[in-house]
Amino acid sequence: MSIQWKQYDTGVHFDELIGTKGKPRKPAYNLLEYLHSLDENELETRRQMAEATIQEMGVSFTVYSEEGNIDRAWPFDIVPRTIAASQWQQTAEGLKQRLKALNMFIADLYDKQEIIKDGIIPGHIVLKSKNYRPECVGIKPAHGVWAHICGTDLVRDADGQFYVLEDNLRVPSGVAYMLENRAITKRVLPELFEKGDIKPVDDYPARLFDTLVSLSPRRIKRPEIVVLTPGIFNSAYFEHAFLAQQMGAELVEGSDLVVGKDDCVYMRTIAGLERVDVIYRRIDDLFLDPEVFQKDSVLGVPGLMRAWQAGKVALANAPGAGVADDKVVYAYVPEIIRYYLNEEPLISNVETFLCDDPEQRQYVLDHLDELVVKPANESGGYGMLIGPHSTKKEQAQFAKLIKKNPRNYIAQPTLSLSTAPTLVGKGKLEPRHLDLRPFVLQAKDSYVTTGGLTRVAMKKGSLVVNSSQGGGSKDTWIVNGEGC
Amino acid sequence: MLSKVAERLYWTARYLERVENTARLVSVYDSLLFDLPREIDISWYNLVTLNSAEKLYQERYRVQDERNVVKFLLADDTNPSSMLSALWMLRENVRTTRDVLPQDTWELVNELHIFAKDNIQQGINRSGRHRFLDQLIKGCQQINGLLIGTMSRDASWQFLRLGRNLERADMVTRLLDAGTAAQIEGESDTRLQINQVIWGNVLRSSSADMNYRRTMRSAVSATEVAAFLLEDSHFPRSLHFCLSHMLSAVETLPNGRAVGKHLDRILKYRYVLDDHQPLGEEFRDYLNQLQLELNDLHSCFNETWFGQTQKGDA
Repeated sequence: MSIQWKQYDTGVHFDELIGTKGKPRKPAYNLLEYLHSLDENELETRRQMAEATIQEMGVSFTVYSEEGNIDRAWPFDIVPRTIAASQWQQTAEGLKQRLKALNMFIADLYDKQEIIKDGIIPGHIVLKSKNYRPECVGIKPAHGVWAHICGTDLVRDADGQFYVLEDNLRVPSGVAYMLENRAITKRVLPELFEKGDIKPVDDYPARLFDTLVSLSPRRIKRPEIVVLTPGIFNSAYFEHAFLAQQMGAELVEGSDLVVGKDDCVYMRTIAGLERVDVIYRRIDDLFLDPEVFQKDSVLGVPGLMRAWQAGKVALANAPGAGVADDKVVYAYVPEIIRYYLNEEPLISNVETFLCDDPEQRQYVLDHLDELVVKPANESGGYGMLIGPHSTKKEQAQFAKLIKKNPRNYIAQPTLSLSTAPTLVGKGKLEPRHLDLRPFVLQAKDSYVTTGGLTRVAMKKGSLVVNSSQGGGSKDTWIVNGEGC
Repeated sequence: MLSKVAERLYWTARYLERVENTARLVSVYDSLLFDLPREIDISWYNLVTLNSAEKLYQERYRVQDERNVVKFLLADDTNPSSMLSALWMLRENVRTTRDVLPQDTWELVNELHIFAKDNIQQGINRSGRHRFLDQLIKGCQQINGLLIGTMSRDASWQFLRLGRNLERADMVTRLLDAGTAAQIEGESDTRLQINQVIWGNVLRSSSADMNYRRTMRSAVSATEVAAFLLEDSHFPRSLHFCLSHMLSAVETLPNGRAVGKHLDRILKYRYVLDDHQPLGEEFRDYLNQLQLELNDLHSCFNETWFGQTQKGDA
């Protein structure tokens, strides 16, 4: 028996694959036709094949729990999510525009702060941000770029439009899973790749490598590039190792590096010390250098900030770049784009209420049961209130938190996140909510991944897509052609 | 190559060897018990002594019986050299060096670890023990085979070689020492019989019985076994073989001069075996001295390649 599409109910949400009256959307046409040809046993076989492939390839992520850190297999749904190439083209332009403006904004903040002087954004909003680093004032990184690697979370609302939900400019993760999702899907649904209208995604490591090389302070043929990981207990360790391997870069921990009296960074090798030119760091600012930030950090490298300030080593992303992914700053991004680029934003923000503003705060407090409240500086979906799914007690708790520290909270309307058919039992597909995290690179040039990482809330009705909280993922197909 | 990666590869090889050795030791003891004349009492506890783990054992167990000893050697996670602990450490080292090892290594190690963990009870109960240990040994051989068959002979390979050979050299001195000790202890009317059993056991514990027969063409005797395990230049678990292979690995690595000298010294440090003299305390002293030399050799590796402070450090 094949899948009963008639029972598939998209409800009020925008479904990525199925349009009005249960008709397939154009980019999904081939995919759905193919899935239709599989009976439920065949579909189940493919699902098991995916599971075995994930085990075999050792795709995993680490979950922190009371019983220690567990390495879990990557949760994956075999039904891909499709987007028309024409629509993606526009979205990619919007992402580049956004990162360009954000980088100009960061450079300005650590320099003349003209945007504050011109009254576009209040000084206290940025200068009091947890991620503003006075140590960075006056530094001029290569190409004037601070955030070289950005993971932008996009969501589609009921109107079918993409909105930016947040910008991740510190140490965004997930790109390895985007690549692995494609590798798995190629093994599981090989027939669909024969026609060749699904765009490849695998040039990311090479583009990342080029981006990093272009930051090297030494103009030499083969600069030494390293990926700095906090170590095996980090939830994204798999990705750190994966990227290092794909780029042919060394995967290092803080203790492998040392800063010399000449302010250069060296790594300890079996032949002695070797100079490092570019560090793709996957540890947070505050752990980078115990001489400057967290004194007891064992993850970092003493003297690293000194080396970076002296221009002897490049750090990607630069320290202090996180000031622009503060969720309060987020609300100002459309203004930031207009201010620096004199252009209209190509992708919209989600409507955002700033609790810092008395009037908006009152609105938020009056509508806690409808809104999503987020702390300004958390990631991974922690510390949020999802109004419609919350209890009175939780709402009261958040009201207290907001009044105590208004600068630290924003609120947004509960979006009707788009859905896509997801395998939830043998031969059974139901809509599940999802988002999309494309990765944007910027150095001298900019680049956007073809699609990105689609994350799915595997629980019915849930809007939480984070893998640390039970989310899964899907392959994302940018399909040649028009329409949506 | 990063010092840390080199160190992890070295330990990867050591732990892999340790898992296999422990499994083989228990397995050999297991079948030995079927062959022994009733009046001879060879204690399982010898295996604890062989691993220099008496103190730890006594903290954990009171009775020195088969069940406790086997549990201690195979399953005990408070014993850092138990088979399961070594397998776990092997897994952790491979997990953090996946980028320099053949792609399937991680998968094989992971599978072996899962297998051992899930079936450990088979190893403790007598009835399933042989099968369990046999599969474990084969698993280790499969991993070694993968490495030998697919790895480039670059620095990564050389550090695996150092680890493997140091662990083997250490093991062979322990086995010989245990044999000598058992022989001294058992000197009585049944000596001849015991000698056959003891030294046959030493050979089997190093997978050397067939090679011994072909090479030495003589019956099993203490001095002949010692000569073979110390000096044979072709058998891959003899002391001489292990030391020469470490030397040839060191010659391809940077800054290896001090280590090379150290190895030369150990190679020259030999014991004159005399067919007419039974092996005694003097031989044990020699073996003891060898073990100390091997410990120093490990420290020497540490200082030369793995150390946290190096020349030119700030």
